[in-house]
Order: sequence, then C-alpha cells, then structure tokens
Amino acid sequence: MHQPASAPRRSIYYDYTVHQPWLPSQHPAQPLHPVVIAGGGPVGLTAALELARFGVPCVLLESEQQVCEGSRAIVFTRRSMEILQQVGVAERVTQNGLPWRFGNSFYRGQRVFRMEAPHDENDRFGPMINLQQQFLEQYLVEACQANPLIDLRWGNRVTAVAQHADHAQLQVDTPEGPYNLQAEWLVASDGARSAIRSLLDLKLEGASYEGRFVIADIRIDLPLPTERLAFFDPEWNPGNTVLLHREPLGIWRIDYQLPEGETPEQALSPESLKTRINAQLAMIGHADKPWEMDWSSVYSARTLTLPDYRVGRTLFMGDAAHLLPIFGVRGANTGFQDAQALAWRLALVCRGQTSAALLANYSAERVAAAWEIIEEAGKSTRFMTPPTRGFRLLRDAVLSLSLTEAFVRPLYHWRTSRPHEYSHSSLNCRVDDNAHFQVGPAHGAPPLNVRLTDSQFLLDHLGGGFDLLWFGAADGLPADVVASVAQRRAKGLPLKVTCITHGAAHAGLQPSPADAPWLQTLCDAQGRVHSRYGVTAPGAAYLLRPDQHICARWLHLDAQRLDAALVQATTGEAP
Amino acid sequence: MNNATGLDIAGLETAYDQLAMAIDAAGPEKSELFLVKLALLAAQALGDAPAFVDLIERAQKDL
Repeated sequence: MHQPASAPRRSIYYDYTVHQPWLPSQHPAQPLHPVVIAGGGPVGLTAALELARFGVPCVLLESEQQVCEGSRAIVFTRRSMEILQQVGVAERVTQNGLPWRFGNSFYRGQRVFRMEAPHDENDRFGPMINLQQQFLEQYLVEACQANPLIDLRWGNRVTAVAQHADHAQLQVDTPEGPYNLQAEWLVASDGARSAIRSLLDLKLEGASYEGRFVIADIRIDLPLPTERLAFFDPEWNPGNTVLLHREPLGIWRIDYQLPEGETPEQALSPESLKTRINAQLAMIGHADKPWEMDWSSVYSARTLTLPDYRVGRTLFMGDAAHLLPIFGVRGANTGFQDAQALAWRLALVCRGQTSAALLANYSAERVAAAWEIIEEAGKSTRFMTPPTRGFRLLRDAVLSLSLTEAFVRPLYHWRTSRPHEYSHSSLNCRVDDNAHFQVGPAHGAPPLNVRLTDSQFLLDHLGGGFDLLWFGAADGLPADVVASVAQRRAKGLPLKVTCITHGAAHAGLQPSPADAPWLQTLCDAQGRVHSRYGVTAPGAAYLLRPDQHICARWLHLDAQRLDAALVQATTGEAP
Repeated sequence: MNNATGLDIAGLETAYDQLAMAIDAAGPEKSELFLVKLALLAAQALGDAPAFVDLIERAQKDL
C-alpha cells in the first residue's frame, strides 16, 4: 500500500500544506479517461492547465500529498514566463520572484567575465527570474484546483502500466490500496526517476557523464544583488566550480562539485556541508555572517534522452523524457516547452480534430530540441566539469589566460536555455511567403513579443488556439478568409484572428464586436508590431500554432493559402 | 603552411631557445599548462581555426 509522507515537509521559509489523498472508495467506478497525467510537478501541472484551455479534461496523479521538497528548480527563463502567462500564473511569479540578468565568473579573486542577458523593451518578462519551485508548484496547483476540467489526485502512485492499441491500463496505488484506471492517453511527467519509464523498460540514450554537485539552500543576510556568481577553482575546492544564486526570502543557493571519489552521503554529512559553506562564505568575505540550513541534495549532471517521446499510448515530457545538465537552467525550462508542445497536439487529437500522427510530430520536434540542448549544454559542462585530462588542461589554461587575455573570457559564457526553433518542422507551411520576409520570426521560431502600451504586450492577447495575425483593419479582411475561419471554427478548430492596425487613437486592444468573439483588433500605434514582424504593406499575415511558434507567414493571404497552412500545421502533410 | 611566411633560421632559433627556457622555468608541474596556454595564444594570433587544426594534425605525427 502506498504511504506518502503525511507530515508537512520541513522548511525554514515554506509552509507546506498536506492535501487529502484521493481514495477510490470515495468515488464511483472510473470511466475511460481521455488523458491521465502521471506526475504533478511543474511540467505535469502546466500540461493539465494547457489541456483544460482546449476543453480537454484530465486526471492528474501525484504520488505525494504536498509540493516538492526543497527549492529544486529556481531559475525561470523569459520563455517559461511566457508559457506560465498562458496558464495564468506568471503574475504571481513576477510578484514574488527575483528578476536578474547578470552573471559573473570569478577566478583567483578576480571577476574575469560578466554576462549580460539582453532585455528588449518589447519584452514583458525579464531574461531570468528566481523563485523556489515549491511556490511555483503551489501557484500551478491552485490554478488546477480552480479548474473543473482537472481532477488532481494527491497520494496516487502509478505501479503498473499495460499498453493496448487504443488505451493504457494503469494500476494506481493509494493510501487505502490500489485501483485500476484506463486512459486513452497516458502522459508521463513523473520526473528524472520516472516510474513509467522503468515500467515500460525504456532506456535513455546519450553520454552519461556524471559530474556530481551538492545543492544547499541556506538563509543568510548577504548584501549582494540578484546575479549569478560562479567561482572557478576556489582554494577550498581546488579544480572544481562553485555557484551562488539568490532566492526570495533571504535564501541563497550554493552549488559545488563533489571532490572526486567522494560519495553523496559523505558530501551531505552536516559537518562536511558546514565546513564547505563556511569556506565559501569566507572566500566572498562574509565569514562572520550567521546562517541556517534549509535543504540540501546531490545532483548529477547528466545528458540523456529517450529516443522517442511517444511509446504506444504513452507520451513523455520533462525530466521523465530527458535528463539535462544543470548549467544553463535547462531542466524545468525545457519541460515547460515540452508541456506546451504536447498539450495543444493532444487536445486536437482528443477533440477529433486530427489523427494521432500529430503526436509523432511532438516527439520529433522535442527529441530534436533535447539533442540540440544536450549538444549546447555539453559545451558548458565540458568547461564547468572537465570530463578528461585534456579538457581539464584546456579549461585550466583558459582560467589562467583569462586573468590577462580578454579573448578567452567569452568561454566562460554559460549558454542559457532558449526556446527551440522548429525551422524544419513538418508543420511549417511549404507554399507560403516565408522566404520573402526580410525580418521577423521565421518558420518554427518562437513569437516576438511587442509592447503595445505601458501595460499591454502582443502575447497578452494570443494563445489558446491557432492565432492568425492579419496586418490591416478588420473590414479589410478578405471575405473568403473570414468564411474559411468561420468554417474551421464551426468544425471545432480553435482559431482566432487578430487584426494589427496602424493609427494613433488608442493603442492596444480595441473594443470587439459582440457577434465575432473570434476576432480582435490591436492598434499598433507606434508601428512596432509591423517592424518586429517585418511587415511593410497591409495584407500580410502570420499564422501561429497554439504554442505560438510560427508555422506560416504571407505577404498576401487568401483562403486557399490559409487552408493549406492549417492542414499542414494540424497533420504535418500538405493538403 | 607557406614557408615564405615562416620564420628565418635566426627566428626559429630564437623560438627554440625561448621555448626551451620557458619550459624549464615553468617546471615539470606547470610546463604542460604553460604549453597549452601558449598553444591557445598562438591559435588566437593565427586567427584561422582550420589552419590550427592542420597544425594539431601535423604535431600528432610520429609521437
């Protein structure tokens, strides 16, 4: 019988709520559910909220009865915030998180590199924001609990999976014993040690290089700004790297590599932690400051992925699908993109809008993204934790040169997570005008945000389905395009039209006609949307997928061209 | 590599002597680190990654 901890986890800054377990004896017999998500971490919760936006209900199984232990993922990127905005929690993250954009690398007491993450005034969110994962999970849980389409079941652990042609059969253990659950689709977001991955006997691929790091959170009053601090080859931990991050509520994260040959148990002993944290504080000139431990853990820097994220009726995302290194904040930030990429496709499949072939495209796009991340992260990893004698020699040579030679300093740059561009996706239109645009987001690219007014941005008004951005006034929309949109909507395709108009009257969202809820007009008073999207003449258009990546763009649009793009984007095939 | 842009004999002898003395000065513990630093500085001065890779391959012969 599954017995999750029923006492609140210990924390000096976070007040855990223990939720009541979902017990089968208190509920009627279970029907066949369209979607069961296993794993109520940030990725699973985000996917549930996205599915609900498309009207698709789901059962969300979480094996514990409370949010995660310790701060875990603490850095969220701009793209993650844009995704969290879509599911309604970005504002709470903004209110409670600590934004930052500078990273500093130190060697022998000298700052040898300073990274500045770019921030455009057209972006609503900063490049990075720090918040403990417990808070983010709490915000997502509260959003899920407020949504009647999401059946969140605490204390429910998947213990067996049988895959059939048209459904998956699960055995779920609870504090009163097991019950059976059937789902047309099972989504595995049960983390790095995914039970479902093991139950289906699936193997991760890639080079498993294991650099091990201690992660420790302490409460301490340090007079330092919110910036990333990286210390290379410190005297107290020769040859290794130490990272320092500020978290809300006076908490600081210290990451340091384990000396070779040391076990996690040795590294996590209170005496070892105390000695090393004191040594690090002494190195930055704060040996006198009192501090208190909140949580510590050992993390392995691994780079592995499943070769296919669709296995029968099971779909993988987040750490259950891939293990990515800590450098570059790629874990949760990649997971949000997985959740967003999967949810709209799964919703269209569940709603009968398209065939399950679209789920193979989810796997193709996201496996390619994982490999790209692994390749890019590998460069950072080889610098942070050199895997061989050769790499260590070169890294040490660069550290030494960096004190006097500027040309090597960019090698300290820690490539941070960025959204993947699906430039070669089969969902991109083959017969549009993509190649004729001089600027603007091209095929497969994530959207560019644009400031419309002091408080309104373009992406505030998009999402929840396909978005057709039409550059021109609503009364200039070709009649055949309007008819085609109406026809698609009548068949259930989530599709909205946003007219981007010039004119100085009132910037931003204009009052909508009551008889056309699928149509909105945004006044681009300063012409920023036009210039960011490379539009010089009226009549141009962009088609954004429900995850807002661009799948078609035209200098001139007619119904036939729109139909071709929508068929391609929902089937991966030309009409 | 084009010999016309290479070192003359006197220049080669200078490089030979200076490198030998610098290796000795670095000592057995640090000479390898010193040589890698030197190689990176030379690569930067060369300003040509494929040419540097060619030099790596030539240096790998007959070790």
